[in-house]
Amino acid sequence: MTETLPPNTGFVAAAYLVFVALLLIYVTIMSIRASRLERELDQLLRDEDEEVVVEAAVEETVSGEAGR
Amino acid sequence: MPTSKRLYGNRLAILAPLATVVVLASLALAFFQAPIEADQGFSQKIIYIHVPLAITTLIGFIYGGICAIQYLRSGNPRDDLRSYTAIHQSLIFCIGALLTGMIWAKASWGQWWVWDEPTLVSFLIVFLLYCTYQPLRFSIEDPERQSRYAAVFAVVAGAFVPLNFIAVRLADPLIHPRVLGTAEGGLTNGMKPAFYLGILGALLLFFTLCRYEMANKHTRAQLKALKRRFGQDAPARAGRSSAPEVPAQ
Repeated sequence: MTETLPPNTGFVAAAYLVFVALLLIYVTIMSIRASRLERELDQLLRDEDEEVVVEAAVEETVSGEAGR
Repeated sequence: MPTSKRLYGNRLAILAPLATVVVLASLALAFFQAPIEADQGFSQKIIYIHVPLAITTLIGFIYGGICAIQYLRSGNPRDDLRSYTAIHQSLIFCIGALLTGMIWAKASWGQWWVWDEPTLVSFLIVFLLYCTYQPLRFSIEDPERQSRYAAVFAVVAGAFVPLNFIAVRLADPLIHPRVLGTAEGGLTNGMKPAFYLGILGALLLFFTLCRYEMANKHTRAQLKALKRRFGQDAPARAGRSSAPEVPAQ
């Protein structure tokens, strides 16, 4: 198969692989950071929702007891 | 609204696929349409990645300097973040340009590096100059002073980049070709579409990655502010950092 390839194919492949590798390393690092942020943000939103639900339940209980 | 949409916004959603399409199109043109150069043969195909990376690097450094001027004029931390991100991205592109250039040099000249060649050495000087940017930021603890000093550095270094480019163009080339604006640059009409599309693709990729990094840093700042609002433990600035302090709006 190598007989059909033009000379210096290895160098050209190496150059383009360097570019792809750099891009992949950067994007991987950034996506790890971004997914961590997404997780933290989702957790925060869930905490906020739970807080709202608890507050509503407390309010309901308080108003129910006051009505009795 | 999904979290990912909230994090990255619409502009990144347009920029990222556009950059991917243009980069892939330029590579397709480079390998399937552009003719093989008579002197260097197949190894000349490296030009379609090496030169766009080098040009984008220099444009990125200048853009970082322009954002730094804006920061010094307005004091807006977003301009400092833009300048920081542009220089950070340019450094990554610079590493790519240097490595691909070295591979090309080995394929064409039989040597990884030629110390007598002004183009190569000047590009290395620019890279080493900007390598000091992050340590400079890290050495200053006060965020405001850090941003101001970094901006001054970015302006001075940004002004050095075009001066350096002009000086190299005026110098006698040894073996490195002058591709842009010269008759002996070696680009035939068949090579030009792939080459210019490659530059456009690299620029789009640069601004996409800048936007991505800025969105990431901005979201982290917003998250910290939210955590503080909910009474969770989240320091405004976790120790010393070379990254700029981003306002959470």
